[in-house]
Amino acid sequence: MQITSPTFKANAHAALHDAHLQRALGNVRSGFIGKRAKAAKALPEFEQLRDNAKAIKDHVLGHLDIYLEAYEKKVEDAGGKVHWAESAAEARGIILDICRMNNARTVTKGKSMLTEEIELNDFLEASGIQPVETDLGEYIIQLRGEHPSHIIAPAIHLNKDQVEQDFRRVHTEFPTDRDLTEPQQLLSEARQVLRQKYFDADIGITGANFLIAETGTSIIVTNEGNGDLTQTLPRVHIVIASIEKVVPTLDDAAQILRLLARSATGQDMSVYTTLSTGPKRVSDPDGPDEYHVILLDNGRSAMLGTEFQDALRCIRCGACINHCPVYHSVGGHAYGWVYPGPIGAVLTPSLIGVDKAGHLPNASTFCGRCEAVCPMRIPLPKMMRHWREKEFERGLNPAVARYGLKFWLWFAKRPRLYRLTTYLAMPVMGLFGGRKRRFRFLPLAGGWVRHRDLPAPEGRTFMQQWRDRDTLKQDAHA
Amino acid sequence: MNSRDAILGRIRNVLNATDAEDDPRRIAATARIDFPPRGVIPARGQLGLDGRIKLFKKMAEASGATVEKVTSPADVPKRLAAYLRKHNLGAKIRMGGDKRLRSMPWAEERTLQVSIGPSDGTDEVAVSHAFAAIAESGTLALVSGRDNPTTLNLLPDHHIVVVNAANITGDMETTLDMLRENFGKGVMPRTVNFITGPSRSADIEQTLLLGAHGPRALHIVIVGGK
Repeated sequence: MQITSPTFKANAHAALHDAHLQRALGNVRSGFIGKRAKAAKALPEFEQLRDNAKAIKDHVLGHLDIYLEAYEKKVEDAGGKVHWAESAAEARGIILDICRMNNARTVTKGKSMLTEEIELNDFLEASGIQPVETDLGEYIIQLRGEHPSHIIAPAIHLNKDQVEQDFRRVHTEFPTDRDLTEPQQLLSEARQVLRQKYFDADIGITGANFLIAETGTSIIVTNEGNGDLTQTLPRVHIVIASIEKVVPTLDDAAQILRLLARSATGQDMSVYTTLSTGPKRVSDPDGPDEYHVILLDNGRSAMLGTEFQDALRCIRCGACINHCPVYHSVGGHAYGWVYPGPIGAVLTPSLIGVDKAGHLPNASTFCGRCEAVCPMRIPLPKMMRHWREKEFERGLNPAVARYGLKFWLWFAKRPRLYRLTTYLAMPVMGLFGGRKRRFRFLPLAGGWVRHRDLPAPEGRTFMQQWRDRDTLKQDAHA
Repeated sequence: MNSRDAILGRIRNVLNATDAEDDPRRIAATARIDFPPRGVIPARGQLGLDGRIKLFKKMAEASGATVEKVTSPADVPKRLAAYLRKHNLGAKIRMGGDKRLRSMPWAEERTLQVSIGPSDGTDEVAVSHAFAAIAESGTLALVSGRDNPTTLNLLPDHHIVVVNAANITGDMETTLDMLRENFGKGVMPRTVNFITGPSRSADIEQTLLLGAHGPRALHIVIVGGK
């Protein structure tokens, strides 16, 4: 996929003027927030679970090498194979090798953001292998040649009439006069089409929400059951997971599972939480003959020990995205890469570079809702500030901002001069505000006043008002 | 250097660690795997058997499943036949080789055809026996194998799951302990399906719809208990 993060401002501008998108984004605001709040409130231990989940992941990150080795050994004990990949290209190569060895022609896929990250679909197609997305949202956007605009609701940027158009265009085997106005009819048709694809596929690829060191198990969580069919019916099951997905024990996964669905969709549990360990056994009448796990680094280990390490606790629930006013306004595609919203603003610069993604940590109101709802207590606003600092250090932000800040720094370090100047300037600026006491034009800050006015100073500085307040207090005490 | 060594080397470098056997980190991690510490267990499910059955039923129904209770395994075939009639389904079910299911008096339902084995996608109704259930969230735990093939959990339109009341636990951790006890420490069957309600999707305009790729209906029969 083409990275468009560098043109975030233009992307956001276009998104704000896209009527279809704006209508669809209403569904984010109206759905997720209330459901999460209700689910969290119904579980008195929710905050305690958040503390424990954070502690578990912090412990993992401090022992990551050991748990990865323990996990690898258990997978092999169960008859599976573990492949290590440093980069997206290496992971794609491993998958292609497995496909070639099995003469695979079609591959079904469970929902996996990591396969978006490594651009697997384009690569497989170029190699003559047909990838079929099976999650309903992913299937819809695959038909449209798009990428997910949300990590758990990939087609949230679309309305049902758009989906209907795509189904009519692609599903030509159905009668043209069929009724597809209701979402239920769209779902039914997709179910019918995809059912056959599961059986036809030679290989099923899924991601993983957790890898368990205790047992060599991979866990996926879905509501549709598509991931389960993907990993049960084909002859080969490939799991692709990034290295920070490992947790020590099944109990640790159970702790985090209590947070995952509640934070994501407001469910107590997702419909299918599926634990897979190795290929099918002699006594199993169904399941895959081969089980492969690809452990992908792709920039994660470089985040360890840095101010961005805490982002490796992320369980991809999407709560920060659902609660973000910037996401509500511009949607996911504007962010220009795989991960949108606050977590995207932190991860994207880490994974593709701050030179390309520097706009993202700036696209924040610092309202702090993302951190307030993050089940893993990731300090997202703090990390966005870290990225802003780095951007400044490397001189990546615009000259006006850089020199403006430098000038202000010089000025603010000289309190007497600062007070004198403001003391003289406030009344003058107050006059410029006119009868309405508002600025409608500002030199060098035209963007700020384009859609609103700036209130003019009332004539007295903050320091003056503070002194008066102190005097009043002393009088009261006297 | 291969990728495995490069990745692990980079991690150890950041953590100032070695791959020595007596690294205190290694001792701590091994201990955690060998003796999994209990985390925060919600009080919600910490009830006696009757309370757990009640909570399980309530939570499973909240997730969109239907639930009925019978006193004895011998009652199951009759009740299932009634379920099929009520939903206008053919008198045909598919199940695995689970002895608890096989020993039920299916022959008493004269018109009911029972076939044994995994599903090839043509079955309308499947019957499975759960390994356990979790009251806290209304979740069923099913394990793969000849007794209850995984395809039965996923392909048919109607999935009927029988669970023994005595195997309804208060929380997921207790069910995990039962798995450890049953399959051995650190050993798992190919698949464990934790299932909470029928398949669903909200991918079109966040409208919740049942019957995405898995069963459109999940019916649970609790055997025993009060």
